[in-house]
Amino acid sequence: MKDQLEAIQKEALEKVTQAANLKELQDIRVSYLGKKGSITKVLKGMGKLSSEERPIIGQMANAVRDAITTSIEEKATSLEQAALEKRLEEESIDVTLPGRPVNIGGPHLLTSIVEEIEDLFIGMGYEVKEGPEVETDYFNFEALNLPKNHPARDMQDSFYITNELLLRTHTSPVQARTMQEYEGNQPVKMICPGKVYRRDTDDATHSHQFTQIEGLYVDKNVRMSDLKGTLDKFAKKMFGEERKIRLRPSFFPFTEPSVEMDISCKVCHGEGCSVCKGTGWIEILGGGMVHPKVLSMAGYDPKVYSGFAFGMGPERIAMLKYGVSDIRGFYTNDVRFLKQYHKA
Amino acid sequence: MLVSFNWLKNYVDLGDITPEELAEKITKSGIEVEGVEYFAEESTNVVVGYVVSCEKHPNADKLNLCQVDVGDETLQIVCGAPNVAEGQKVAVAKPGAKLPGGFKIKKVKLRGIESNGMICSLQELGVDEKYIPTDITDGIFVFPEDAVVGESVVSLLNLNDAILDLDVLANRADALSMLGVAYDVAAILNKEVNLPEEEYSTSEGKTEDYIAIEVEAPELNPYYGAFIIQDVEIKPSPLWMRNYLMAVGVRPINNVVDITNYVLMEYGQPLHAFDYDRFSSEKIVVRRANEGETMVTLDDQERTLTTEQLLITNGKVPTALAGVMGGANTEVTSETKNVLLEAAYFDGGSVRKTVKATGLRSESSTRFEKGVDPNRVKKAGMRASYLLQKYANGKVLSGVVEFDELDKSEKVVTMETSAINAKLGTEITSEEIVNILNRLQFPFTQDGEAFTIQVPTRRGDVTIFEDMLEEVARIYGYDKLPYTLPEGSNQAGRLTEKQLLKRKVKQYMQSAGLSEILTYSLTNEKNINRLVSPEISKQNPTPINLAMPMSEDHKYLRLSMLPEMLGTLTYNLARNQSNLAYYEMGSVFISNEQKISKQPKELLRIAGAITGKWLEQSWQQEEKEVDFFVVKGILEGLSDYLKVSISFHQAKVDNMHPGRTAVVKIQDKTIGFVGQLHPSLQKELDLKDTYVFDLNLEEILDAYDGEPSFEEISKYPSVARDIAFILDNDVLAGDVKTVIEEVGAPLVKQVSIFDVYEGENVPDGKKSVAYSLLYQDPHKTLLDDEVEASFEKIVEAVNNKFNSYIRS
Ligand SMILES: [Zn+2]
Repeated sequence: MKDQLEAIQKEALEKVTQAANLKELQDIRVSYLGKKGSITKVLKGMGKLSSEERPIIGQMANAVRDAITTSIEEKATSLEQAALEKRLEEESIDVTLPGRPVNIGGPHLLTSIVEEIEDLFIGMGYEVKEGPEVETDYFNFEALNLPKNHPARDMQDSFYITNELLLRTHTSPVQARTMQEYEGNQPVKMICPGKVYRRDTDDATHSHQFTQIEGLYVDKNVRMSDLKGTLDKFAKKMFGEERKIRLRPSFFPFTEPSVEMDISCKVCHGEGCSVCKGTGWIEILGGGMVHPKVLSMAGYDPKVYSGFAFGMGPERIAMLKYGVSDIRGFYTNDVRFLKQYHKA
Repeated sequence: MLVSFNWLKNYVDLGDITPEELAEKITKSGIEVEGVEYFAEESTNVVVGYVVSCEKHPNADKLNLCQVDVGDETLQIVCGAPNVAEGQKVAVAKPGAKLPGGFKIKKVKLRGIESNGMICSLQELGVDEKYIPTDITDGIFVFPEDAVVGESVVSLLNLNDAILDLDVLANRADALSMLGVAYDVAAILNKEVNLPEEEYSTSEGKTEDYIAIEVEAPELNPYYGAFIIQDVEIKPSPLWMRNYLMAVGVRPINNVVDITNYVLMEYGQPLHAFDYDRFSSEKIVVRRANEGETMVTLDDQERTLTTEQLLITNGKVPTALAGVMGGANTEVTSETKNVLLEAAYFDGGSVRKTVKATGLRSESSTRFEKGVDPNRVKKAGMRASYLLQKYANGKVLSGVVEFDELDKSEKVVTMETSAINAKLGTEITSEEIVNILNRLQFPFTQDGEAFTIQVPTRRGDVTIFEDMLEEVARIYGYDKLPYTLPEGSNQAGRLTEKQLLKRKVKQYMQSAGLSEILTYSLTNEKNINRLVSPEISKQNPTPINLAMPMSEDHKYLRLSMLPEMLGTLTYNLARNQSNLAYYEMGSVFISNEQKISKQPKELLRIAGAITGKWLEQSWQQEEKEVDFFVVKGILEGLSDYLKVSISFHQAKVDNMHPGRTAVVKIQDKTIGFVGQLHPSLQKELDLKDTYVFDLNLEEILDAYDGEPSFEEISKYPSVARDIAFILDNDVLAGDVKTVIEEVGAPLVKQVSIFDVYEGENVPDGKKSVAYSLLYQDPHKTLLDDEVEASFEKIVEAVNNKFNSYIRS
């Protein structure tokens, strides 16, 4: 019997090794370990054995059974692994095919620029203020030291609706409104972005509607050097740390002294080239110290308070920064134009 | 203002500074120089020549054969100019000469005869034809007799002059004159100003015997001075004067006209010369025009006038539109013998009105509009009289007949050194301020740190301390100001919650696939009432139009952003861009006043338009056109994002597809609409199927509750149940959903529609709609019986209400 068992084990292990799939393995299990299997058959003859031999053969039969079982299990695991690998192999994809498109839109270039400027001044402690686009003559002009007969407020230059109402020609009225709101007794530190309108014929450099951002800081002891320092900081953050600024005298009815700010040309660094028309400088914005009449009209005592104000055009900044050559492009909304300037 | 560099040298010693360097300095200290141009391109080897003889060319009718003495030799030159003649002094380009345009002069043979050079016209020497006196535009230039043969023509004709183009802003009217610029340049360079000669000798007659003045409107004409110059000889003005006038863009005419123009440019004071004999009156009457009165101006146009306009008359008929243009009836001509010269101060506002009414803007009117120097009016008349005496051989009558109520006093401004430094952030000393005031030629007295300044009337813009602050700062140099940052207010800057939300809404729209656009707020008549959201059109808003629109396209303030947005779509479709998804955030303008008197309400809205493929075709993926549910999904996403619930209700809106449009509500309030454009509108605009939405963003943001609400997440399991109803086609799936939610509350936590089906196994006129219900009890595990009971109740309620049955 001992020989018989040894032969069964040998034969079974051989068959297991050769088994090609799980089905064959199952057949092997049944034919050796099943109720009618070889080992069972052998064990049925145990009755004939002596009581000394019986446990030895029994033990041996169990060992053979275990060996076969283990071998079948191991084989099964390896067959399953092979089958899985085969299936995964079949599932492989061409990773070079394109991904499913995700539709994603983007902001308008002017919005990107306005938000960039907003964030820059927010970082310097400014609030963002908004105001109406249809303004009263008072806030658009009079409160800004442009009395009724002032040439700069010619009917020809503004879109009037009635004698007293017009589309604002700048965002300065928001400054006047904010100063009134603060009642002449607390500092004002604000910027005001928004749409403005002028009677210009639309062409490559003019638009009857455009965007403006103005800033205002009113407090005790504000100096013109503070305006210079602030604008310098803005210009370096907005256009690059290597850029220099230059202030020149200018004229605006609502500031005195008034300034025009240039930045050094990106292309020639001040040497003079065709981009800067040979001057080495590019005009960016206007500003100045708030005119005492503007302060007093808004309820601030010019003997106690002083301030500076500045204003710039995001269209112009976009044109300089991104080489947009025609201002009408901002309002035509050609999808190809818009996409070029989508910023995350 | 064009400034001739050579002319300027008459008043200020410019040393060896170049025009470009001067331009840079002027720009930095006050007036932007927009450009420096040269009067003419460079010429070499062009000299004054004397035409010794001039005969017809033997072989050509239209050519002349000239012998020209150029000093060191006599050249034989063939010349085609009609006005060449023996005895003239002319500009000769010698062989080897270079003319503008790179033109080189060589010895040539013309019709068989040798020609050794060229006799030049001003055009050939590079002068712009529009400045050349009309009588010589067709021929060569002839020098006055005193020109020296052999001398280079470059300086004689001022060809090397540089012209600085100054951008003079409203405050610096003083810089609209050579003298004003001279004062500024002198201050910048720390030099003196040489003033022009004004003293003339008078003849025996007295002006007052020939003319009297009556001013009926002194508020518009506070000063009027009359000079009379007799026996003038009308001829060309001196060459140097013609040169300077041409350099600053004024075409020479004759000596009398040129002199008034020259003084206009030199002093910034407009003058007017009448032909005294044609004036035919001994009295000047200055008055407002009568309503509807007419006069013929110098340009032979008849002008109809109003009482806003000031006239110079001879007591009977108008002879000039004050400060703007003279009349044809009293114009100086080549026959003029006696000149009546006007030097007056006219109110800027009145002149501006005349300019606006007539469209006549001139060098004169511009200066009156901006304000002339009260102390230079009479001086300008004297200067012109001096020049007329010298260059027209006129006899100036003694005395000036004047009407004078003009305030010529100087403004007094006080300032202290410490106040200047406090405002500028500088450490300028009193000594430096003294130096600056001297350079500006502003008379002052000083008491330690305190200065009292008498501002010359030429600088009418300087009236208060801050104006002086600018004067000090600009001469001191803006570039010397330090860089400091404000030391006051330390408020934290931040966006308001509403501003932050607006940014978030934009970001949401972009991540949903829409790109931001900006359109004009002004629209046309056709668009003004189009696609206006129902809750707005219900109020019958008044279309707000501009008083004076520039074009029909930009006339009305928009009531909806959609029409202009659709224009954008049409534009892009025409350029083969067919898949478009846009949004815009902006204001519409609403007023209910019949006649606008108050500011309209500016309502912040968000609108969008989508057309073309929403899902593009991809490998193994079908393409999908945009439909109602794409757009609805975007709006529902926004509603989820902001946690503001909105609902959709079938509706009819003008210009929208009658079956594919819904109004959007927050609770019971309509806030906008969504749907497909009406196919006929699509056709009109050359659009494919287009879906749009337009929502009141203010209502949405107002409904936003910033604090996230906390709700305990149930730890008990939920149970899902699906059910499909067979419904009549006209039953709204959403209505069924509402019933399920109502009847199922509170155990039914969520109801969603997951399938809609028509076709096989569903009877005609009916549809199958499948709902998925989620049951949950926050406090305990649900029992099967509870779910079953609720489910049956729901089925019963739905079937009763909608006459439906369950799909088996
Ligand atoms: Zn450059």
